[in-house]
Amino acid sequence: MVTPAPVLTMSGIGKQFPGVKALDGVDLRLLPGEVHALMGENGAGKSTLIKVLTGVHPADAGTIELGGAPVAFGSPLEAQQAGISTVYQEVNLCTNLSVAENIFIGREPRKRGRIDWKRMRARAAELLSRLELSVDVSAPLSTYSLAVQQMVAIARAIDIEARVLILDEPTSSLDADEVEQLFRVMRRLKEEGIAILFVSHFLDQIYEISDRMTILRNGRLVGEYLTDRLPQVELVAKMIGQELAALERLHGEAKVFDRPLVEARELGRPGAIEPFTLTIHEGEVVGLAGLLGSGRTEIARLLFGADHAGTGEIAVGGTPASLRTPRAAMNHKIAFCSENRKADGLIPDLTVRENIILALQATRGWTRPVPREQQDELVGRYVKALKISPPNPEHLVRNLSGGNQQKVVLARWLILEPRLLILDEPTRGIDVGAKTEIQRLVAELSDGGMAVLFISAELEEVLRLSHKVEVLRDRRLVAELPNDDELTTDVLMETIASGGRTS
Amino acid sequence: MRRLLWPVVVLVLLLALNVFFTPSFFSIQVREGHLYGSLIDILRFGAPLILVSLGMTLVIATGGIDLSVGSVVAISGALACLQISEDASVFTAVAAALGLCLVLGAWNGFLVATVGIQPIIATLILMVAGRGLAQLITDGQIITVNSPAYKVIGGGYWLTVPFGIIIVLGVLAITAFLTRRLALGMLIESVGGNAEASRLAGIRARGIIIMVYAFAALCAGVAGLMISSNVSSADGNNAGLWIELDAILAVVIGGTSLSGGRFSLGGTVLGALIIQTLTTTIYSIGVPPETTLLFKALVVTAVCLIQSPSFREKAFRRRGRAAPAGPVAEEKVRVTT
Repeated sequence: MVTPAPVLTMSGIGKQFPGVKALDGVDLRLLPGEVHALMGENGAGKSTLIKVLTGVHPADAGTIELGGAPVAFGSPLEAQQAGISTVYQEVNLCTNLSVAENIFIGREPRKRGRIDWKRMRARAAELLSRLELSVDVSAPLSTYSLAVQQMVAIARAIDIEARVLILDEPTSSLDADEVEQLFRVMRRLKEEGIAILFVSHFLDQIYEISDRMTILRNGRLVGEYLTDRLPQVELVAKMIGQELAALERLHGEAKVFDRPLVEARELGRPGAIEPFTLTIHEGEVVGLAGLLGSGRTEIARLLFGADHAGTGEIAVGGTPASLRTPRAAMNHKIAFCSENRKADGLIPDLTVRENIILALQATRGWTRPVPREQQDELVGRYVKALKISPPNPEHLVRNLSGGNQQKVVLARWLILEPRLLILDEPTRGIDVGAKTEIQRLVAELSDGGMAVLFISAELEEVLRLSHKVEVLRDRRLVAELPNDDELTTDVLMETIASGGRTS
Repeated sequence: MRRLLWPVVVLVLLLALNVFFTPSFFSIQVREGHLYGSLIDILRFGAPLILVSLGMTLVIATGGIDLSVGSVVAISGALACLQISEDASVFTAVAAALGLCLVLGAWNGFLVATVGIQPIIATLILMVAGRGLAQLITDGQIITVNSPAYKVIGGGYWLTVPFGIIIVLGVLAITAFLTRRLALGMLIESVGGNAEASRLAGIRARGIIIMVYAFAALCAGVAGLMISSNVSSADGNNAGLWIELDAILAVVIGGTSLSGGRFSLGGTVLGALIIQTLTTTIYSIGVPPETTLLFKALVVTAVCLIQSPSFREKAFRRRGRAAPAGPVAEEKVRVTT
């Protein structure tokens, strides 16, 4: 078989944002009539690459060739006119307008200056039938499911003479049948010779639909592979970046855990995480392993009451508990350091001191301020213990570095002396020194009897700290592995890749 | 504090301008046991605006805004005067008026915090409906009362000091106590600074938000009593008209961001004083009445521009050229007009 000439070639793409090198020498080529998966963890540079391709961001380095001719798009509109259409994760349509209006918005067929409604509806129906979809095109889009809305977005994208169709996580809010429907459409478009760039966190879907994949890690190209020549384990290893360094486990002797602290039974939330059963004992460090988007954060948020559970029940210390709000969880001495400290953790305008005592103050209510001496004592102790720098409690927290901001959030929860501390990616984006300190702290806390739920994308870290590891995949808890000598990052990766089916 | 530097500079400039036109501007005399003078007048006539602005500060600090305070001013004065005209005691009248204001404020807070309507819309409802309510209370007429006890609130004196100034000092002290000695201020700043992070830190934002709207309405209610007491009558149509815009302006001049978070009570008082001084200045330097609003708008624009660090930077870099208005400043100007 002769490989056809690529319809799109990006080579040596580089993109620098203030303080971050988002892309560095990335190549990507799309062949006509193939589904090409763009793989990588969050922050690997997938979105940036798509944005460079569609003209949202200019590239700092590298060239883009479309159909053999060099191009540089100044805006998404230019890219679209050149035949590169994008359907984003959040369907960006107007749900209050009709299906036909959505498809033709901004380029309605006209007759003598006025919109030709009849022709518009006819052409819309024709387009959708090409996607094997028969809906009333004059009905408002909001009357249809997300999957249909997604199809409408695709219909709009391909009507513009698309040569390249970019689907950025189109399946994240679809159920299995809807995904199947989408895949049928994708195969059909593929037969018509359109090159499809597909982004998804679901490995099964990637293996079902894609022909070829390009893997990115930390803004760099890992490589381009044929999907059926790359086993899932290798894919996961390439995405995460395998480091087979000898692991020093922080927990030496085996401890016996016989006092369950938090028991979740069939706890779940539709669309976020399938029902799972999980028991966390006193003094136990439970690691959550899985790719980003596999449901790790969702479990944490359910256990903290940040989201409402749709199903199941939860017991704390043996008695059933209702964790409907963060406050309710805090009353059960559960604390949660969220993954996104900027959005969900810090109050940037407040000082280090105020940020640290915030949760304590919240539990006391506004009428009983924490006395200033007690504040200074507590804050001083944790600034010292966690080596927060600069060690000035009156510094605005926004001016601290990422690692120190993380320690501030950590201190906020530690002064509450929780029984269960949930840490969602506590070491992400912080320097090595701070990372080791936080790891050591987790080990110390659990030795002191505190239970810790530890979430991290770095498998080595999870292995080092945890007594047992829960493995997640595609929003399902697929395996629980005791952390004994047989458990290695390879085994973990194997479990993530296979979904616990073989082991 | 450095962030109060520019409001202070502006206030001093305005006062200096007045002294230039009226050399006796700073003189304060005691006549018939009362303090007299231009400065006292600024404080006395500025008292209602300061009160309304204090309430507005807390609302804005939570990331909200309250457009209904002007209507609440009218309602409060109307209800108090109606009660007095129907021979109720002044105490009953004041209590009824302030009680109603609390309920109205809590209603605003309920719409914002519980129902989840955007603050500008939620309070717009009461801004429009409240005028109607005030007219219902007064039956569309101007109610005139003759009650020396009621007159004290806005027109009386205590130990030579106008009673209104004492009320303002009292409310300021209470507000400062609640927000800075107790933990209310920090929780308000936290909710306004990052609502989701505050929720995850266990703060119950709903109660706090309802409280600040109720407080803002209460402050507006006291201001309404002051205004109607000063003229011994209640005018449902015109009492407190546009005071919400002056109050928002005072808060912004005082350095509190409209997007919520950190607030400054001292800055707000300064901001309200700047606006009141400006009004006084317009009269004392003899700006023709028909250009008054335009003149005020120009000065306010200048004040906002000079406070904007990015504008100052531009102005210094492009000295000599006509200063273009930055986008931030334009936003603020829109508030004033």
